[in-house]
Amino acid sequence: MIPSSFEYHAPTSVAEALSLLQQYGDEAKILAGGHSLLPAMKLRLAAPGVLIDINKIAELRGVVINGNVNIGSMTTWATLEHHDGLRSACGVLPEAVAMIGDIQVRNRGTIGGSLAHADPAADTPAVVLALDGQIRAQGPGGERTIAAGDFFTDMLSTALEPTELITAVILPTLGKGEGAAYVKFPHPASGYAIVGVAAYVKMDGGSVSTCRVAVTGAGPKAVRLTDVEQAVLGGADAAAATANAGAGLDILGDIHAGEEYRRAMVAVYAKRALQKAMERASG
Amino acid sequence: MTTITVTVNGKSYTRDVEPRTLLVHFLREHLNLTGTHIGCDTSQCGACVVHIDGKSAKSCTVLAVQADGASVTTIEGLAENGTLHPLQEGFWEKHGLQCGFCTPGMIMSAADLLAQNPNPSEEEIRHGLEGNLCRCTGYENIVRAVRYAAEKMRAEQPA
Repeated sequence: MIPSSFEYHAPTSVAEALSLLQQYGDEAKILAGGHSLLPAMKLRLAAPGVLIDINKIAELRGVVINGNVNIGSMTTWATLEHHDGLRSACGVLPEAVAMIGDIQVRNRGTIGGSLAHADPAADTPAVVLALDGQIRAQGPGGERTIAAGDFFTDMLSTALEPTELITAVILPTLGKGEGAAYVKFPHPASGYAIVGVAAYVKMDGGSVSTCRVAVTGAGPKAVRLTDVEQAVLGGADAAAATANAGAGLDILGDIHAGEEYRRAMVAVYAKRALQKAMERASG
Repeated sequence: MTTITVTVNGKSYTRDVEPRTLLVHFLREHLNLTGTHIGCDTSQCGACVVHIDGKSAKSCTVLAVQADGASVTTIEGLAENGTLHPLQEGFWEKHGLQCGFCTPGMIMSAADLLAQNPNPSEEEIRHGLEGNLCRCTGYENIVRAVRYAAEKMRAEQPA
């Protein structure tokens, strides 16, 4: 399978990439790791007239840990998975990243590309939501920061403007009293999340003072489970708080897992994620 | 057409390619290096795995233009002066293949795995090869072949 023809550009700076995006508008697609876009192009589900390959923009790669975690959008999964500093600063991210695809996919795929693609079964959206992360984007009007909670707008859709480019993802560093975890029910062949849940808790004097739980894979986009969060803040344990975690959620069933089953699995995986996060916060 | 220069198995090639040319087609059809196979063509099976700047990648999911300036290693680049690479030898000794279709990709993924982890456990080998599918159900012997190569490579590498 071969993609339809396109014009290829490989800018070496963000400014150059942005001017190409402005020049070509809707015709253009950004090529990051390419492990969602190229398969879609080979199947002719996508046929952009212009590809803007941002792999040569060195300034978009790398992880800086300094008060928070600043991840360049073109940082590969493999870099995040094996980053020693990240493991202690924000271990839930490498934990989730290690579950993505396979080694070859993780060698090419990038965090920014994945977030911009907003696949409903991608893993990182749940983690970024649970950690209340931020997505930094640059466009013709300059730079802006988008809260994770505002970023995912619908299936494969985000708050990004067509002329904007994700430059970085900002996550908090987790300290004493904080714990986070990601657990996932992977599709046995593709590895995509049938249901994946990320949980974050902060303990203060034996009780939970902050709680965020987010689910991916179950519905058209990753979302926070606010009822579960409220129950935990009200003193419920993980099992009680998540008993009805799937209720009221917009769930998409398919041949691999029907709607009812996925809804049930949301409760199961939300409980496991929350238990793990609470253990880590207390540990 | 775009002009690219790619180093493949230590030799530099400059060619004009259409931007939509996939790396696997560039290797097989432009350079006649047909050891890299096309299996599923959907980034799942791993028959097309090569190394790009030392890291394993599925060459059916990379454009040839993305390899411009890079160094690519294919299965043809593993043997040195007619001597099989320990992984190739391991697949021979441990009967790590039946039909052989998945073998080039298996070996290239295993080579990346051993570069990162010279002494992998059986579980780590299986996990490291999760991006490669064998339809002859040959995984048992493939794992043995990788262990064989790991031992041999460690023995050759003075500690």
